[in-house]
Amino acid sequence: MDEEKELKNLIIQGAVYKTTFTKKFEKRVNWEAPNSNLLYSFIPGTIIDIFVKPKDKVKEGETLLLLEAMKMQNQVRMPFDGEIVKIYVKKNDIIPKKHLMIEIAPKQLKK
Amino acid sequence: MSLKSNVLDLRKRKKEVQKGGGDKAIEQQAKMGKLTARERILALLDKNTFHEYDLFVEHTAKDFGMESKVLHGDGVIIGTGTIHDKPVCIFAQDFTVAGGSLGLMHARKITKIMDHALKMCVPLIGINDSGGARIQEGVNSLAGYGEIFFRNTLASGVIPQISVILGPCAGGAVYSPALTDFVFVVEDISKMFITGPGVIKSVLGEEISMEELGGARVHAEITGNAHFYAKTEMECFEQIKKLISFIPRNNLRKAMHFPPKAPLKGKKIEDILPDDPRMPYDMRDIIKAIVDNSDFFEVMEYFASNIIIGFGRMDGETVGFVANQPMVLAGVLDTDSSDKSARFIRYCDAFNIPIVTIEDLPGYLPGVDQEHAGVIRHGAKILYAYSEATVPKVTVIIRKAYGGGYIAMNSRHLRADFVFAWPTAEIAVMGPDGAANIVFRKEIAEAENPEEMRQQKIQEYKEKFANPYIAAAQGYIDEVIEPKETRSRILHALKVSENKSIHLPKKKHGIPPF
Repeated sequence: MDEEKELKNLIIQGAVYKTTFTKKFEKRVNWEAPNSNLLYSFIPGTIIDIFVKPKDKVKEGETLLLLEAMKMQNQVRMPFDGEIVKIYVKKNDIIPKKHLMIEIAPKQLKK
Repeated sequence: MSLKSNVLDLRKRKKEVQKGGGDKAIEQQAKMGKLTARERILALLDKNTFHEYDLFVEHTAKDFGMESKVLHGDGVIIGTGTIHDKPVCIFAQDFTVAGGSLGLMHARKITKIMDHALKMCVPLIGINDSGGARIQEGVNSLAGYGEIFFRNTLASGVIPQISVILGPCAGGAVYSPALTDFVFVVEDISKMFITGPGVIKSVLGEEISMEELGGARVHAEITGNAHFYAKTEMECFEQIKKLISFIPRNNLRKAMHFPPKAPLKGKKIEDILPDDPRMPYDMRDIIKAIVDNSDFFEVMEYFASNIIIGFGRMDGETVGFVANQPMVLAGVLDTDSSDKSARFIRYCDAFNIPIVTIEDLPGYLPGVDQEHAGVIRHGAKILYAYSEATVPKVTVIIRKAYGGGYIAMNSRHLRADFVFAWPTAEIAVMGPDGAANIVFRKEIAEAENPEEMRQQKIQEYKEKFANPYIAAAQGYIDEVIEPKETRSRILHALKVSENKSIHLPKKKHGIPPF
């Protein structure tokens, strides 16, 4: 556990310091602004059923698919009125957390 | 029966029970590279001092065929003994007996020795090697865990509690070690997790090995659940013995006194600091140049190593050290290092161990991940811990003491008793680079050559503020000292603080930002 590490640069308030990084620091995930058109799994689980297909027009609140995790069936719903662009999962897929499931696009729906 | 035959009968009974799960199970234990529970206790305690109790306890379960099963000692050994000739209470779960599973009587044995430790005000050492709750005993085993957790909490801050993970420790069982002061783990042997790899895979689809999920390294380096990491069980026992030598038996006593020794003639303290303030050095070298015999016993060495915590002796008395480590992440404070040091400060305060803080930090670690991980909430723990600590508190500022970090690292304002600074100390709201950019923004922007102006202003700021004398002029620093005086100044400060007595407002307890 005591392997020699090479010095790296760390910038704190404009000053560059020579130091080493911890594993945890090196593995940190860079933050990205969320894209509301991409629906990711919020928990790892199994896709039980998919109710939509590409080009479908879907109203806000309608169920798109069922994601089973921890013995619970979670309904993944449409966050706003729009259209299904692409579906990245299929029935019975076991997916990890933060896995891209469906791409959607907002669209004004006819009343 | 004559007395003699009675005694022979007793010996026979003892011998039978002391075999635990029997030869086959013991062989299996050895195959896993593990000592048996009894071997462990004997290896840890002073020779011929172990005295066992509740050897003949039997379980009372009646369901699922348990009524016909004999579980020797109900899978746990309890007793008392000494380490360094000082008393300790100890329990060790016996994996060879029903996988060390915890049933009602097993838990009762543990709580009995816990009650004893608390009553007699001596340290409690728990060796964990158990498959978990004994499912056949249902809610009774859950009750057993609950009774243990409750006592861990009662005993917290009264007697030292040490947990040694020498096998699996899974599910609810992990919370007893988590409530104790120091957790020891051993490579390839210790396994701690709430939910095992099997369940994680079947429910969540994530595949991970037991070692990667909750092995010794993971807890020593990533989670911060473990305080000491060893390659072998024997090395682990040496670590425990060493720890015991540094800490008092209970919260009313002081730690053992050892004959004073000078630091070894290794690196000279005045030769450790690099000339370039941006270059790192190993803060442990500074500590080793200060403590008796250069013997520094580091706690949580691999977790959040941007801060160093641990014990050393000064003139034979135990001192707790908290020090920024410029060698790792430039010594910044972040969520993990705040957590780590705050808990250690509270430990020292609870057990009458003076705290020496050695400071060199550029501030807090910037980043979205830190902010979202709650660096505000975690960072507040250090302020809280230092402020409420009433043991003698001495600070030495070696180099950088910027901004919030300056305040947090046991500053005068949090009631440090003595604050010293080396002439290399820079005590300011922020470093010269950042400060110049803000204070002289206009001049820099309007200059013909902005970069040149920037460098000039950085230099100007550096000369004016990057030193200890402005803080010293306010009395925030008690004295600017030469590096080679560091040990003698700390020693004197601790000596005159021996009878420190301060009174805090009366309250049931504070509400630290856990």
